[in-house]
Amino acid sequence: MKYLFLLYNDEDGWEALSSEEKTEVVGAYMAYTEALQKAGAHIASDPLDHSQNGKRVLASSVEDGPFADGKEQLGGYYLIEASNLDDALDWAARCPCAAAGHVEVRPIWNLGG
Amino acid sequence: MTDARIVAEYAARESYGRLLAWLTARTRDVAAAEDALADAFRAALEHWPKTGAPDSPEAWLLTTARRKLIDQARRARTRDESEPTLVLAAEEADAALLDEREFPDERLKLLFVCAHPAIDKTVRTPLMLQTVLGLDAARIASAFLVAPATMAQRLVRAKRKIKDAGIPFETPEQDEFNARLDDVLDAIYAAYTAGWDAADGADARCGGLTREAIFLARLAVETAPNAPEAHGLVALLLHAEARRNARIVDGRFVALADQDAALWDREMIGTAEQALARAWTFSTAGRFQIEAAIQSAHAAAKLHDRDTRNDILVLYRRLIELAPSIGARVGYAGALAAAGENGDALRALDEVEQNRVNRYQAYWAVRAHVLSALERPDEALAAYTRAIGLCEDNATRDFLRRRMAKLARPDTP
Repeated sequence: MKYLFLLYNDEDGWEALSSEEKTEVVGAYMAYTEALQKAGAHIASDPLDHSQNGKRVLASSVEDGPFADGKEQLGGYYLIEASNLDDALDWAARCPCAAAGHVEVRPIWNLGG
Repeated sequence: MTDARIVAEYAARESYGRLLAWLTARTRDVAAAEDALADAFRAALEHWPKTGAPDSPEAWLLTTARRKLIDQARRARTRDESEPTLVLAAEEADAALLDEREFPDERLKLLFVCAHPAIDKTVRTPLMLQTVLGLDAARIASAFLVAPATMAQRLVRAKRKIKDAGIPFETPEQDEFNARLDDVLDAIYAAYTAGWDAADGADARCGGLTREAIFLARLAVETAPNAPEAHGLVALLLHAEARRNARIVDGRFVALADQDAALWDREMIGTAEQALARAWTFSTAGRFQIEAAIQSAHAAAKLHDRDTRNDILVLYRRLIELAPSIGARVGYAGALAAAGENGDALRALDEVEQNRVNRYQAYWAVRAHVLSALERPDEALAAYTRAIGLCEDNATRDFLRRRMAKLARPDTP
């Protein structure tokens, strides 16, 4: 089963960090990615650029970001392979974003049947 | 545990489990007993503010819940003639209790039902937490990192199984008592460790259900006072719990060896030691007694300034003989490292099947520590990275990062 982790975080909080703190955060994500890879669970992952650089396309218009009303914005994703939902939640809890913001776990809809 | 809120919480739990055990013993239907008890609590909230609380709130709740069950059974009988036994049981119980204010404590039987071999291992602990302590499915789900809907479904399925398979509500016979009690104690221990990892392998884990686990372990001791392992479990949990305030200081995780013993709860350690001494009087060693003895030796090293490293090694070897879990093997490696036997420690870690440590954070933390002592910094860094990647909380992440930084620059504090 494939699961998508959507990482929501206070993106302005990131800007406020010292360069040393930023190194720590990046290190934590790199370590997490590596743990997923070594366990054979990692498929893909990326951080997203600031939401103010995002655009939203509607039927007849284009809007500039940021979009969400709250402080936490979508800031990255992981696509992982897990044997079931319990397994996926166990990985999601270890994501650094779970302690800083929140992680939404979505099963990938398997259209192949 | 002196805080008034905890006392109140304790009393509520005490009643809930006793009432539910009594009702379930007479109906064999956990879900029906839960519903009836919930109705009784609702009725109490409605009536007591108007009429004042009754002299014996438990008797009141029991009478009310029993009536609900009898009503329910009567309705079922009119639908289906094959259900009269339930009514008979309820009515018989009703008569027996007319003059009785005290009712027997049947929670031990309830514990045995929850940990029955026919019940799936993963649901035994949740089932205990719900039936004996009255915890709701969402809270249990969070502690075990399971989706709330999934947990609710598993609990419903387990209760249906108890009813349909007719799992007996009784204390097992002497010949199988100990084996069955081990299952009960394992499930209680699982409540203590729910969803948590150890940071350095030597320290016991602590999760969100610590108080609940200690309550259940004490209940096991109260209801099965001649079971050495029950005393052992109480000793183990209290030793670990006594270090709570020393383990995380200002949001930072502190390894057992570096903890300030002044922050330990000495009274609780005393109680743990008493429980362990009681366990030893039965002269039957078991997993929890050995694990408690290891924690006791750790405590003695600091409190009485004794070198207990060799005692700890001996105890770990015995533990692995009794119960060769990954946790025991990683703990043994940690103990070897503490005794300066880093080469042996690494060999012990290498022997653990690699496919079983993909997510076992303590393994990588201990491995990193051992490799750094062996002056193999590149491999140590890789192991630290792996351990950090498996962390669930910032305190542990930060602890490992500091150790890793020390490896790169040995003179940093």
